Amino acid sequence: MQERVKKDPEREFRVVGTRPIRPDGADKVTGRAKFGADFKMAGQLVGKVLRSPHAHARIKGIDVSKAAVLPGVKAIVTRDDFKDQGSEFVPAGEMLVNYRDVVRNVLAREKALFEGHPIAAVAATSEKIAREALRLIKVDYEVLPHVLDAVEAMKPDAPVLHEDMITAGVTPPPTKASNVAKRIEFVMGDIQKGFKDADVIVEREFNTKPVHQGYIEPHAVVASVSEDGSAEVWVTTQGHWIVRAHCARLLGWDISKIRVTASEIGGGFGGKTVVYLEPLALALSKKARKPVKMVMNREEVFRASGPTSGANIWVKIGAKKDGRIVAGEAILKYQAGAFQGSPVQPGCMCAFAPYDLENVKVVGYDVVTNRPKVAAYRAPGGPISEYAVESVVDEIAEQLGLDPIEMRLKNAAKEGTKAAYGPKFGPIGLVEGLEAAKGSPHWNAPLGKNQGRGIAAGFWFNIGGETTVSLQLNEDGTLSLMAGTPDVGGLRASLSMMAAEELGVDVAKVRPIIADTSSLGYNFLTGGSRSTFSSGMATVEAARAMIKEACVRASKLWEIPLDAVTWEDGKVRPAGDNAGKHEAMDLGDIAKIAGKTGGPIVGYSAITAHGAAPSFGVHIADAEVDPETGKTTITRYTVIQDAGKAVHPAYVEGQFQGGAAQGIGWALNEEYIYDDNGRLENPGFLDYRMPVASDLPMIDTIIVEVPNPRHPYGVRGVGETPIVPPMAAIAAAVKRASGVRFFELPMSPPKILAGMKAVKANGGAKATT
Amino acid sequence: MAKHHVSATVNGDAVEFLCESEQTLLDCLRDELDLTGAKEGCSSGDCGACSVMVDGRLVCSCLVLGVEASGKSIETIEGLSDGEKLHPLQQKFLEHAALQCGICTPGFLVASKALLEKHPNPTETEIRYWLAGNLCRCTGYDKIIRAVIDAAAEMRGA
Repeated sequence: MQERVKKDPEREFRVVGTRPIRPDGADKVTGRAKFGADFKMAGQLVGKVLRSPHAHARIKGIDVSKAAVLPGVKAIVTRDDFKDQGSEFVPAGEMLVNYRDVVRNVLAREKALFEGHPIAAVAATSEKIAREALRLIKVDYEVLPHVLDAVEAMKPDAPVLHEDMITAGVTPPPTKASNVAKRIEFVMGDIQKGFKDADVIVEREFNTKPVHQGYIEPHAVVASVSEDGSAEVWVTTQGHWIVRAHCARLLGWDISKIRVTASEIGGGFGGKTVVYLEPLALALSKKARKPVKMVMNREEVFRASGPTSGANIWVKIGAKKDGRIVAGEAILKYQAGAFQGSPVQPGCMCAFAPYDLENVKVVGYDVVTNRPKVAAYRAPGGPISEYAVESVVDEIAEQLGLDPIEMRLKNAAKEGTKAAYGPKFGPIGLVEGLEAAKGSPHWNAPLGKNQGRGIAAGFWFNIGGETTVSLQLNEDGTLSLMAGTPDVGGLRASLSMMAAEELGVDVAKVRPIIADTSSLGYNFLTGGSRSTFSSGMATVEAARAMIKEACVRASKLWEIPLDAVTWEDGKVRPAGDNAGKHEAMDLGDIAKIAGKTGGPIVGYSAITAHGAAPSFGVHIADAEVDPETGKTTITRYTVIQDAGKAVHPAYVEGQFQGGAAQGIGWALNEEYIYDDNGRLENPGFLDYRMPVASDLPMIDTIIVEVPNPRHPYGVRGVGETPIVPPMAAIAAAVKRASGVRFFELPMSPPKILAGMKAVKANGGAKATT
Repeated sequence: MAKHHVSATVNGDAVEFLCESEQTLLDCLRDELDLTGAKEGCSSGDCGACSVMVDGRLVCSCLVLGVEASGKSIETIEGLSDGEKLHPLQQKFLEHAALQCGICTPGFLVASKALLEKHPNPTETEIRYWLAGNLCRCTGYDKIIRAVIDAAAEMRGA
């Protein structure tokens, strides 16, 4: 079932809101589309990475002498090939990276900090030889004690990963190094006073495990450095300008010398916003003077890329008898992995964002552990904190005997609400979403045996950022559109639709591509649900620039003043006294006269897109818990979310459904499992169990449209919010189905079975686990 | 050791290639025959992105050796459409927006075609279990299942 709830009766669209076939579709259903590993250059070498088998070890020496003389080995790089970097934070998606850490994540320097940490890379004439060369590299490790868990890593006697890490955000600063990179705090009002006014207070501790983005396409790159130092890179990435910047910085090269082309991207979800192989491939290619192709296998993807944080969260909420929340407090401890930079800050900011509260305090800790450095994963940080808060909200509603939707409506953030993290919300669609949920067929359907229904809300900020779009009017009146935010799920369809809408042409006349870094101005990466919003805004601006120019050309041709020319219904028309004196011209006619009226016509927009508006979602989940096995099956699921304006509704629904499916995996199955030596035990899709088709029901959607006033068509980012509500919605459903409230993810069958047994043993008394 | 000389039929055409003993059929298709439609997602038979047909049987080509293709008839995504005319499954995947990033799409299409050849009128549950060996991380499967149901109906002339 797909529904839409519209709040914008004024504007009528011709193209936006329809469901044309995507322009990149034919290539993707015929196997023609070129993804990262599909690109090949003549004479290319195979690059492979040697990785640490230890979770934590000092690297006393790396001996490559035997590998270097193996026939067929053309280049080897180690830490000695990369200059050290000073400490500097730069934005990458919604997260920050520090070059001092990036260079160490790409190749270990003083220490290996996680199992899978790259130690050296080899380029050879075949994969077989490259593997043999890796075997011949001798690394002298001094194995150190390791720590995997955030709470453990915060203890005073925990092994310290970085001997110079002094916790930021604490006054006075600690004198001793620790694994806590940063403490942050958001405070609003007076929580003590708030809790004093509360009729009911619920306080709970939650634990979540790291989960991987799970893109089906492993990281892949081909790099070719020429004798004059100019370089070509072909790579699967969410941001090729970011790849260019990071590589130029790590290698000390001019940015202009590196041209990066983004291949088709086989999923990213935040995980392809950082560099792993790219600087290595470039360094190897420069040394070998041949193109180098590097592709991770699935095991490497699990051991050394992504995931998002595992976390420990403590939440306390106080409410009045009528359900009004009077105080909310949370402490979040997020694993950052080997280097600082967990998404704990956005986690803190999101925690209570769906609610209009007076008294809030959220404290967060960014904690390094001997795991791969976390990467952004769809609404980074938000799903973890909001899972905990929403679960407590559900428990309070239950204690007060309130309907969980009514409880949320009583507290819902709306236009004018001051969020705990600072800003006042503009028009937002949370109340509309909750009302739509209340009236949905799903919410009002009967439940079967062993089934329960849960609901949860979710929020994500969304971002704008630097964006460039170029729109060329071709000689025959067709249009070529260049954008620079890699298309992860239908962007080119949406952009061609927005251009067609503005220009009054058939959408099939607009052919969009994702341009390389040397062909178009700078673009920040695809992240923060920004690509349809930002590149869409730039597309509309570029189209408007083209319309303006079309008017100039017509006024020249007709020899009438510019203000005597208007654009209406896709045509330039003479206006005022001149109305009707000349034949109106569409873009095809303008294209024909372009050469003689001033030259080629290009609409161009290079902007920093402002005004990205948050998107709120509400999810309803039905869970059936098997009392024999503890296995949970999701039997029905509905996603309700504010899209502002759905440009291509099918791809908006796709974002809703895909985020929900990832959330279902996070809630029920997915987790990183380590052995006692800090080695990952489940680095494959068989044991890291993502949802498959037979695990899921159809996922119903309701698109709410409360337009974003700061986008020309009202668009909000929609990609990330859908992964925020599922965990709490499913936990609430499992509670009602099994009688047990769980405070740990994933809610895998053994845990559920144990929890149900404990309840039985207590003679049905209310038990928790 | 010398490479093996393999003769096979791929999408109706006779092909020959040389391969190492340990090279998989997937690697041979991609690296020796430049047919990159089949993708490597896991190389352990868990994701189905490399699905192809070998003598009419659906397999993960990452779990078949290149030498095993000798004398066999292989069908890949590249052979699915009939000239310019897309296969009904391809058309329905596009109409239903059953792909986002598209990396899993070739595998889903090959697997779905195999399903419909055996079971022209599958139920939703049958489709879900048949396609359980194909991972998609983008769509939540909803639109894929709908596309297969719709394509099946069209192919039956319904």
